[in-house]
Amino acid sequence: MLAMYKEVIRIRFLMMLAYRVNYYSGIIIYSINIGAYVFLWHAVYGGKPSIQGFTAIQMATYIAISWMARAFYYNNLDREIAEEIRDGSVAIQIIRPYSYLMVKVFQGFGEGLFRLFLFSIPGMIIVSFIYPIQLTTNPLVWTQFLISLLFGFIVNVEVNLIVGLFAFFILNNQGILWAKRFLVDLLSGLIIPISFFPAVLQKIFAFLPFQAISYIPSNTLVKGLSIHQWLPAIGVQFVWTIILALICWGFWSKARKTLIVQGG
Amino acid sequence: MNAIEAEKLTKEFQIYQSRKGLTGAFRDLFNRNYRTIRAVNEVNISIPQGEMVGYIGENGAGKSTTIKMLTGILQPTSGELKVNGFDPHNQREEFVKTIGVVFGQRSQLWWDIAVQESFTLLQKVYRVDNQKLLDRMIEVLNIGELLDQPVRKLSLGQRMRCELVASLIHQPSLLFLDEPTIGLDVLVKENIRQFLREMNKEFGTTILLTTHDLTDIEALCSRVIMLDKGNIIYDGGLTKLKQEWGEGKKIHLELDQEISLEHLGQLTEALPVTWSKNEANTKLFTASLQGNSVTASEVLSLLVTSGVPIHEMQIQEVSTEEIVRKIYQEG
Repeated sequence: MLAMYKEVIRIRFLMMLAYRVNYYSGIIIYSINIGAYVFLWHAVYGGKPSIQGFTAIQMATYIAISWMARAFYYNNLDREIAEEIRDGSVAIQIIRPYSYLMVKVFQGFGEGLFRLFLFSIPGMIIVSFIYPIQLTTNPLVWTQFLISLLFGFIVNVEVNLIVGLFAFFILNNQGILWAKRFLVDLLSGLIIPISFFPAVLQKIFAFLPFQAISYIPSNTLVKGLSIHQWLPAIGVQFVWTIILALICWGFWSKARKTLIVQGG
Repeated sequence: MNAIEAEKLTKEFQIYQSRKGLTGAFRDLFNRNYRTIRAVNEVNISIPQGEMVGYIGENGAGKSTTIKMLTGILQPTSGELKVNGFDPHNQREEFVKTIGVVFGQRSQLWWDIAVQESFTLLQKVYRVDNQKLLDRMIEVLNIGELLDQPVRKLSLGQRMRCELVASLIHQPSLLFLDEPTIGLDVLVKENIRQFLREMNKEFGTTILLTTHDLTDIEALCSRVIMLDKGNIIYDGGLTKLKQEWGEGKKIHLELDQEISLEHLGQLTEALPVTWSKNEANTKLFTASLQGNSVTASEVLSLLVTSGVPIHEMQIQEVSTEEIVRKIYQEG
């Protein structure tokens, strides 16, 4: 079982290597994004020492960390699932003795690991030379961050699976994919930290799974949360992991029953 | 135990019908019209272990839908289904370990990576480590040189041979082939058929073959199931099919001199034969034999003893293709 998933991850590595150009262009796009947001926030701060509990340096760090974390958790599983359903190649997946969704999760994980080691870590080193950011050297905080990041990945994958599975019911969900992508970037705190939103919105966001994807891990690292502050945060992530897993499972059982393989 | 046992297997689809025009499209937004289509209608199929069966029918006859139910992809609307002793849809993970599937129009190999990597992954997926079988299949199908190439760079014939190996990597007892030879050249086809015969003989692999190319079926299958509009219209031996439907053998003759049609007709008056003459070459005649009551040799001996100067002759059997065309047309 484990050997199989290891192999799935390995194959995904090979596939990523087959598309090297995507990889190089990704580095450039992410560096530009980080640069743009760092300078934007620099202007917003305009010499003020701190806004909403973030100092200017913490803000720059937050942006750099969020984007590099995004390289790890981001994947196109939703689009892949939707496409496999639309062109009918999901049939090939169903005749394999494995769980379709679990294999997708591990494909996403392989992709994430690839980007983490070959993209995020080297990228972070480069970015730390260019922009005024400050990373903690406390190994405990880093451990907390990595655990939180892993949960962020799982929550994001689950959201992707759910959105991708919508294709079973409406067979074309291009619009939903676009909307989801924008919503996740905005509501997960990637573009603006959650604490910058009006209090009402913050209360609403607390009931949504998105902040578990980006805001919680990035905040953990940037603020160097103590264990007492960190445990509730990771608890929120954990609860969302379970809730979304149940939704995924429900969707999948329903989808399998109503499956129409198009074409052929 | 039978490999496939289906009783009153039925599949219905809900098809969404769009209304005409712009107003129709607006109405569709709020209230959709659905129509139920019965793709497979109470079909009974029973296939014993080790048999090679051809499954044919026109486009849209319900072949693919049946295959999808048999492989567990689709859930039947009603009916009993046991394949290799499993309920394919509800016991999917256990069941699919015992079958192999090749869809001629879909690849099960990973498109961007080397063929070898796909094989390794499949070995892990099925938890098998039978390098010997794999090596042999690679040798028989002659794909050794392709193993380190990405699938997208393979030609159709190369890819199809790799697909076959991929589908048999776990040595399944039942193999589904959905148009495996579509668009392949004669040599590759022959290679694939030879390979399938070997697998069947050696491992007793049951094979269900869907195809539009009837030469595949002639080369491999002793039994044919024919489907039309969701119903089975023929299930039995290929030879029986030919006997029942395959009337009308033809004899083409080239004579040394011209003879009138009436004369030939008089000579064979006692036999159910009709004559026709080639318009361009007046020495060419064709005798159409009706039914199976008369043999070609009877006709020929009659002609020879009557002194008809035969120069060349050719006997034409009715091909399966013609038989099937006839069945389709007559419905």
